[in-house]
Amino acid sequence: MNLNVVKKSPWILHYDGTSCNGCDIEVLACLTPLYDVERFGIINTGNPKHADILLITGSVNEQNIPVVKQLYEQMPEPKAVVAVGICATSGGIFAECYNVAGGVDKVIPVDVYVPGCAARPESIIDGVVKALDILAEKKKAMPKKRIGEK
Amino acid sequence: MGNRTIVPFGPQHPVLPEPIHLDLVLEDETVVEAIPRIGYIHRGLEKLVEKRDYQQYCYVAERICGICSFMHGMGYCMSIERIMDVEVPERGEFLRTIWAELSRLHSHLLWLGLLADAFGFESLFMQSWKLREQVLDIFEETTGGRVIFSVCDIGGVRKDISSETLMKIRTVLTEMEKELKETTSVFINDTTVKLRTKGVGVLTKQMAFDLGAVGPMARASGIEMDMRTQGYSAYGKLDFKPITNDGGDCYARTRVRIKEMFQSIDLIRQCIDKIPGGDINVKVKGTPNGEQFIRLEQPRGEVVYYTKANGTKFLDRVRVRTPTFANLPALLETLKNCSLADVPILILTIDPCISCTER
Ligand code: SF4
Repeated sequence: MNLNVVKKSPWILHYDGTSCNGCDIEVLACLTPLYDVERFGIINTGNPKHADILLITGSVNEQNIPVVKQLYEQMPEPKAVVAVGICATSGGIFAECYNVAGGVDKVIPVDVYVPGCAARPESIIDGVVKALDILAEKKKAMPKKRIGEK
Repeated sequence: MGNRTIVPFGPQHPVLPEPIHLDLVLEDETVVEAIPRIGYIHRGLEKLVEKRDYQQYCYVAERICGICSFMHGMGYCMSIERIMDVEVPERGEFLRTIWAELSRLHSHLLWLGLLADAFGFESLFMQSWKLREQVLDIFEETTGGRVIFSVCDIGGVRKDISSETLMKIRTVLTEMEKELKETTSVFINDTTVKLRTKGVGVLTKQMAFDLGAVGPMARASGIEMDMRTQGYSAYGKLDFKPITNDGGDCYARTRVRIKEMFQSIDLIRQCIDKIPGGDINVKVKGTPNGEQFIRLEQPRGEVVYYTKANGTKFLDRVRVRTPTFANLPALLETLKNCSLADVPILILTIDPCISCTER
């Protein structure tokens, strides 16, 4: 992983859909001393308005669809979504459960899918790095605006 | 009477990685009532028994919760084994106990970290999680997985641990014990930590009993209950006593969990000393018929498994009563009359695992 090219320190918002906790703890483990992504300025924020990347673990269901949508809408542009774990990708082992609507992409556009059950911290970090490129591209595509202009 | 305000807590909240929603009714700064709203993680995986046969369901049971994943798998396998009268070889039982105790160790460390994070002690959070990584390394070496192992199977375990690895685990644990002593002494002796936890969220023995609290929550209120004393798996051959404390507050619960970590290390050592040779699993043939009721001690407390089979490959019913569910009434009771600033600590003090509660 070459982080020299990283020009931006992305802030991350983590939301737990219907995950079994396995992927959640791995997301948190990325922040702790062994993997320590904080040294690159990657911070897990609790505020969607500060976040660049939305990490979602677990699939969506009736009850949390509005929550996921709301979080996504509150994030400022440009933004990227990373679906962590096979649950967030397709519903995974729970895909056939009656209260699982499917992967996160049913509700919001997903940019990067991280495989694994549970996804390993290394691959989660990889996913975030991929999302950085996507963020940069999205930023380029954004129309330039002056401050105060609507 | 002051002004009443309702403050929503969650479902997305920095303190808890998992979504739970509480409507906190406040009178000035004091909470008068907490109204929970759950269902954000409900998947309906108990009903999955109709689509997965009893052997495939092992994998589903393991994914009820990613923190005590091994013990969920173990509870499910034990119920099927009892229905089918399968005798697990002794080495298998000992290996299960080792992994179960390692799970308890990692779960309590995780909790300690989150607690430190809840009162804003960032470096203590990092320290606890750093220690936890050592346990995960043992998991990775012995099972191949960090959080979900898939080693528990009906009839025993899938993987053996060689004697060299067992010795290595022993040395790692001895080293870890020293570091653990250092880290946990902060939780016990530090004045700031004590200020946040002492006398907060007191649950008396009578209250804990009436509200049906389980696990460390009950033990910290002076109730001596520990399902491991039933002697399932290899616990019957090990020497230990439930750890209790009479304090009933957050501080007491922290102390109980800290002592339990050292107890787990001790239990693993006893297992390594006493582990016999031989097979690790037996072949299971046929289909289960009958019903079974099993109680296990998880890091968060007693879990109950009810399983009903009908003689076909597919089970009729699997029902799980998880420890967090049993502790929720106690939590709502302790939240009354606490100050708003203490809410995160109180919620964490029951060590909530929402994903197994809602399944
Ligand atoms: S992908 Fe696996 S480990 Fe991750 S939340 Fe889903 S079931 Fe749990």
